Amino acid sequence: MRKTTPLVVGVLLAASGFWHPAHAWEPTKPIEFVIPAGTGGGADQMARVIQGISEKHKLSPRPLIPVNKSGGAGAEGFLEVKGKKGDAHTIIITLSNLFTTPLATGVPFNWKDFTPLSRLALDQFILWVNADTPYKTAKEYIAAVKERSGGANRMKMGGTGSAQEDQIITVQIEQATGGKFTYVPFKGGGEVCVNLVGAHIDSTVNNPSECVSHWKAGKVRPLGVFDTERIPLAEWKTIPTIKEALGSDIHYLMLRGIFGAPDMPKDAVEWYVGFFKKLYDTQDFQKYLTDNALKPAFASGQEYVKWVTDNEQLHKDLMTKGGLIKK
Amino acid sequence: MRTADIVTASVLMSLGCLVFYDAVRLGFGWGADGPQSGFFPAWLAIIMIGSCAVIMIQAVRKADTTPFVTRERLGPVLKVLWPAAVAVALMHFIGLYVASAIYLAFYMRWVGRHSWLTVLLISLAIPLGAFFVFELWFLVPMPKGPLEAWLGY
Amino acid sequence: MGIENLWMGFHIAITPFNLFVAVVGITLGTIIGVLPGLGGANGVAILLPVTFTMPPTSAIILLTSIYWGALFGGAITSILFNIPGEPWSVATTFDGYPMARQGQGGPALTGAFTSSFIGAFFAIVLITLFAPLLAEIALRFGPPEFFAIQLLTFSSFVGLGGGNPLKSLVSIVLGFILAAVGLDIVTGQLRLTFGFTDLMKGFDFIVAVIGLFGIGEILLSVEEGLSFQGVKTKINPKVVLDTWKLLPRYWRTFVRSAFIGFWMGFKPGGATPASFMSYAFAKRFSKNAEKFGKGELEGVVAPETAAHSAGIAAMLPMITLGIPGSPTAAVMLGGLIIWGLQPGPLLFKEKPDFVWGLIASMYTGNIIGVLMVLAFVPFFAAILRIPFAVLTPLIVVVCAIGSYAVHNSMIDIWYMLIFGVIGYVFKKLDYPLAPLVLALVLGDLAENALRQSLIMSQGSLGIFFSRPISAAITFAAIFFFVMPIITPWWRRLRGQPPTIEPAIGHG
Repeated sequence: MRKTTPLVVGVLLAASGFWHPAHAWEPTKPIEFVIPAGTGGGADQMARVIQGISEKHKLSPRPLIPVNKSGGAGAEGFLEVKGKKGDAHTIIITLSNLFTTPLATGVPFNWKDFTPLSRLALDQFILWVNADTPYKTAKEYIAAVKERSGGANRMKMGGTGSAQEDQIITVQIEQATGGKFTYVPFKGGGEVCVNLVGAHIDSTVNNPSECVSHWKAGKVRPLGVFDTERIPLAEWKTIPTIKEALGSDIHYLMLRGIFGAPDMPKDAVEWYVGFFKKLYDTQDFQKYLTDNALKPAFASGQEYVKWVTDNEQLHKDLMTKGGLIKK
Repeated sequence: MRTADIVTASVLMSLGCLVFYDAVRLGFGWGADGPQSGFFPAWLAIIMIGSCAVIMIQAVRKADTTPFVTRERLGPVLKVLWPAAVAVALMHFIGLYVASAIYLAFYMRWVGRHSWLTVLLISLAIPLGAFFVFELWFLVPMPKGPLEAWLGY
Repeated sequence: MGIENLWMGFHIAITPFNLFVAVVGITLGTIIGVLPGLGGANGVAILLPVTFTMPPTSAIILLTSIYWGALFGGAITSILFNIPGEPWSVATTFDGYPMARQGQGGPALTGAFTSSFIGAFFAIVLITLFAPLLAEIALRFGPPEFFAIQLLTFSSFVGLGGGNPLKSLVSIVLGFILAAVGLDIVTGQLRLTFGFTDLMKGFDFIVAVIGLFGIGEILLSVEEGLSFQGVKTKINPKVVLDTWKLLPRYWRTFVRSAFIGFWMGFKPGGATPASFMSYAFAKRFSKNAEKFGKGELEGVVAPETAAHSAGIAAMLPMITLGIPGSPTAAVMLGGLIIWGLQPGPLLFKEKPDFVWGLIASMYTGNIIGVLMVLAFVPFFAAILRIPFAVLTPLIVVVCAIGSYAVHNSMIDIWYMLIFGVIGYVFKKLDYPLAPLVLALVLGDLAENALRQSLIMSQGSLGIFFSRPISAAITFAAIFFFVMPIITPWWRRLRGQPPTIEPAIGHG
């Protein structure tokens, strides 16, 4: 309803050169930056880092305005952006719920509804246990998991949400090793790790940033990285990959990328890709990636599209195998 | 009062039925690892339907003839309600700020009979102030219409 | 923890720049607190990018000051217009608004601000002295303990309502039903959405409260012909001093509420239930219980003390464990990471200047805060003098802005109007609103904690009794649930010869 008019006027203004000289496209009003997750989570943090860096280095003529729309495992945010066809001032930061939410809840949206802008990073997953437990390696832990699989006293795996990335990984471990967990869903990763420290659950597959402080304080122990290679950062290098530790190749990475509204005008797409490239190259952003052990992974255009296509299929396969798809 | 009581109870009762219907779809049993999604909604619906039924019986038995609201008292209530509803409807098309200005002006003039000068001043100052506070200062976007778009927001 | 650490902290917090930052933060925070829908979390999130260029200590002082300001400011609209600016000031409306209607707006505001400060002070002292120890206790709280706390909150409200118990029940159930709408995080299924995308995000507590209390109250007032102004508040700067003279007699309520608040604030979402629970207990133990809800100062003191105490306590798990005790703290936590600090157990060792600067700034920030808001009491009270025909549409507009700001969604403004009508009808038909609101705010949390616990125990309810902390709290909750039933027995018993004593066993 209110979406078309401002755009038309905005485009006219931009085209007529009223606000800016008639070179390439630039934002003519504040950019709505949708976060399909709650305040304080990983996606929210990254969005606000992006906003802060953009402001600090004056990368955009108009401000980015982060807006949290977390309802229905992010479906609220995705549907909002999906409804803004052709809008050049609405972008969305995505995490794995871009793939998992439509599959798990049946809410109708797909990454193809949006305009891929750029991939910024990939988030790692690590298998953590409480430091007071005797399990020094993933092998020992999984052996214990198997031992207790039959009875009522299974090992408890905590994770964020249901039928989302954490549960997908849990199911992958179960299928690869034959052990069985009791999966306990929580609202956010920070909460999961504290429950691990408090020994209310036995293990988690949290992102590095969610557990790092407890690791440094000696409260939790990392047993393996769910990736094909070790994390190439100083203190993280000591953690083996799950393949090294268990022999079974379970790997999973979570997308931290940006999409635009459907059918975003081509020159706007170009501006955003350039904007995110500049932002990605700032020292501040690189430091943010290192601090949180995020895997640097800038990509745009075809490369990004191909990655997303492959990952959509991957999620479909994993979730079908795990029985997590809405019937 | 009696009629209002019965109507309210029956509305809540139908809500209970609606909830129960969805709970059945979700499954309301006690699964292997605790209650299923529909377990709590189902029980809530049952309590809701039961309580409303009793409230209805109580209301029917009680011969309470005082009206819920008298005709002359209903006037002021509606005078607040319908302009507000119209203003909210307008927000969809012309944005929150312009709709608020119109609503403020209309209400102040129509109910308060304030002078046109006061009406104009206040109904312009408040949305303008809100615009500065929310759009510019706190960067909280509000629904906007053609006017704001024309100004570049 | 050493006094010298705190001393060092004060050296950092009392630099002119940091004091200036605190004043700015509190001013902004108070504004954010006054505007419903713009919560502390939004406020902090909005200003987060600004802090990017500041030293971390100044940045955290700015953000926490916003939070303190919001904690103070939430009470203002609750008392003046029955519109809770923040979730934790809902319970403040119960007695604060009736006081304002009786021309006691000044004393109510003074009482609220002062109580806030006392609650805050109590909590800060505890944090200063026992932070690491308290962090250990916080870790022992898993889902079963969390559920037990929710149960205790509900039990404290049982039997306080009066009126038709069936209508209270319907109110609670309606609150729970509204809370259940949306995504069920335990199974990942959508509940009660019937395919409507607008229902997917559920009903936000603050939207419901703005409608039920704010809009509903306007409708009631205009119907009663009171033209929504009440008695003209006498504006007298002495009102602050006069109210202070009354406050010492509530010392028990202060201590109890501050304790409840601190204890509840540990866990996420603590401030709101803490304010409710503290109100309920104040009423239970008060000599003037029958005056509660009609404009009793103690009914303002209790929730405000608890809310601010909980607000401060929410910072503790953030500093010591790296988990946020409230949504606002969650955003600040994001801030810490952005500033390059690693929140968590090592912060005390690695960045003592930051931690102790923050703790010291809690003292300075709250002292500045309470002085600032108290100075404005006469001004706030004067808002009630605005003519009715200006105030009514103004409140509707502010409520609309607030409802929209929660989720940036137009549908929420419609919900607000609908909730307004519901509030009006319910109030007239004697359906109590407080249980509805309590159920709406706690419903989600309680159900999740219960189901997480049951998943952990493979479906056995025994988990709540086999863990010591959870068992103790659960038994306390059960005690309060049955107390309204036992009390008449007990009273009768005491008036009769001791021979009948064994009868307790049947009670």
